[in-house]
Amino acid sequence: MSYTGWIIITGILVGVTCGINGSLLVLRKTAMLADAISHTVLLGIVGAFFITQTLHGIPMLIGAAVVGLLTAYLVETLNQKGVQKDASIGVIFTSLFALAVVLLSFIGSQVHLDTEHALMGEIAFVPWNRFILHGIDLGPKAVWMLSAVLLISLTVIILFYKQIKISTFDHHYAILIGIPVGFIHYLLMTLVSLSTVASFNSVGAILVVAMLIVPGATAYLLSDRFINVILLSGLIGGLSAILGYWSAVQLNVSIAGAMATTTGLFFMLAFLFHREGLVIKYFRHRLRSQ
Amino acid sequence: MSDYFSIFLSSANFRWVITGSLLLGFACGLIGTFVLLKKQSLISDAMAHAALPGVGIGFLFFNEKNLPVLLLGATLTSLLGTYLIQVIIKHSKLDTDAAIGVIISVFFGVGIVLLTFIQQHATGNHAGLKEFIFGQAASLVNRDVQLITVSAIVLVLITMVCFKEFKIAIFDPHFAKGLGIPVSLLNGVLMLLIVGIVVIGIQMVGVVLIAALLITPPLSARYWTDELPIMAGLSGVLGALSGAIGTWFSATIPNLPTGPMIVLVISAIFLISLLFGSKHGIVMKVVQTS
Repeated sequence: MSYTGWIIITGILVGVTCGINGSLLVLRKTAMLADAISHTVLLGIVGAFFITQTLHGIPMLIGAAVVGLLTAYLVETLNQKGVQKDASIGVIFTSLFALAVVLLSFIGSQVHLDTEHALMGEIAFVPWNRFILHGIDLGPKAVWMLSAVLLISLTVIILFYKQIKISTFDHHYAILIGIPVGFIHYLLMTLVSLSTVASFNSVGAILVVAMLIVPGATAYLLSDRFINVILLSGLIGGLSAILGYWSAVQLNVSIAGAMATTTGLFFMLAFLFHREGLVIKYFRHRLRSQ
Repeated sequence: MSDYFSIFLSSANFRWVITGSLLLGFACGLIGTFVLLKKQSLISDAMAHAALPGVGIGFLFFNEKNLPVLLLGATLTSLLGTYLIQVIIKHSKLDTDAAIGVIISVFFGVGIVLLTFIQQHATGNHAGLKEFIFGQAASLVNRDVQLITVSAIVLVLITMVCFKEFKIAIFDPHFAKGLGIPVSLLNGVLMLLIVGIVVIGIQMVGVVLIAALLITPPLSARYWTDELPIMAGLSGVLGALSGAIGTWFSATIPNLPTGPMIVLVISAIFLISLLFGSKHGIVMKVVQTS
């Protein structure tokens, strides 16, 4: 497959994986916790590097999962100790992220892992980093990692579909009928961490937030049905990745930045033109008053 | 090495930078107290991220790195972002978290697109624009520091003058209205103060982490006192301390970004306060109950 082809496939995988997992967060009203986790995952990646001295996929995934869960746990703990929810999110993510960036500036030039990379990712380099098994070239590593995470996410969502759905829409009812809501919560936070770390090389730790939250928010504006929101969010994520890549090449700008901007455009269109959107409301109002 | 230190410490520029970071930290801690009380911690994070595209637009307008112009641009997009969060919450079914997440990530994405566009296409000297992401105190020239210092003093004075009114308006808006205090005007002033401090701080601390300087100092101060004026003052002092210590480290160790270093210091202060705070610290509580 061609160089551009691999980049587009990587982008679509990022968009779909983040879109699907992100939509659950938007529906569960925990978007900012996802924002926090996608920042702190950087600490997991840096930590994995310090321990293994390499940038291999598996230690990075484990490090990310651990730090992601730690973030969710610390936020919850502070909140129980009487700190406002959003302030506890703010304290935890800024301190862990700051620690990661400072550690990163000490590694700096040794490997291809620096602050700029952590911020924006470098999807243009993804096709060069191949997965070679027994001398056979199996394509870019990032594609394998993203496919694996997408597969894990889909499996988890299908297996626990009913539990996730009920605990999302009616927390108390879910507890009442014996759904382990805490387990479901941390399970989804793990999926967020995995999606973030798999997307890290392509779009960086900060812009992945756009891929997580914005397609989900857009889909939620367009539909009320649980399954539709999930599927639509994946679709919007994938489309944003393709259009973002295309416009980034045209303008010669950051690919990840352009993808984030494209999700924003989709959101704006949905916000203005969906059934209850501002523009539609305005015209309906005018029609009625005539 | 020690020569390098002594030359550095005795330079007038360094003294200016430390003074600027002290005052900036104090202003952040003081204003942050009201941010915390109004439960706007994460909105302040959105204000900071939304400032980034303004920096890029400000540069594109005059094609030079003119700090007042960049900061004006930052102020405008920051206000726009804040306004759009309110619009999204008011006119859709999305919750505050999702609205903040959308604005943070999309504005930051647009900012990255603009910065990379400038890097590729602009002819003027654009060195140092990237420092607005993580902050770099070493990149500040005397004129910049003087601007920061004077603005911080002005913001602190405004906060002190309105202190009592802010307090009543936040704790008991109905009572305040009865007293004839213009509550919505005060809310507007407070918002301008937050945007103001964020914007003048981004060159030193960076858009990604400056919110920590608003969130963490008052949260730490809360563990030592119940009195609002003391809490606000202490919060300012803790902010000033972390600003100065973080800047000191960052300026004396090459390649260490200033923002994350400052945030690490304030996070350490938070941890100490959480454990040993004389009023609500964990250790104190254990001692009292046993």
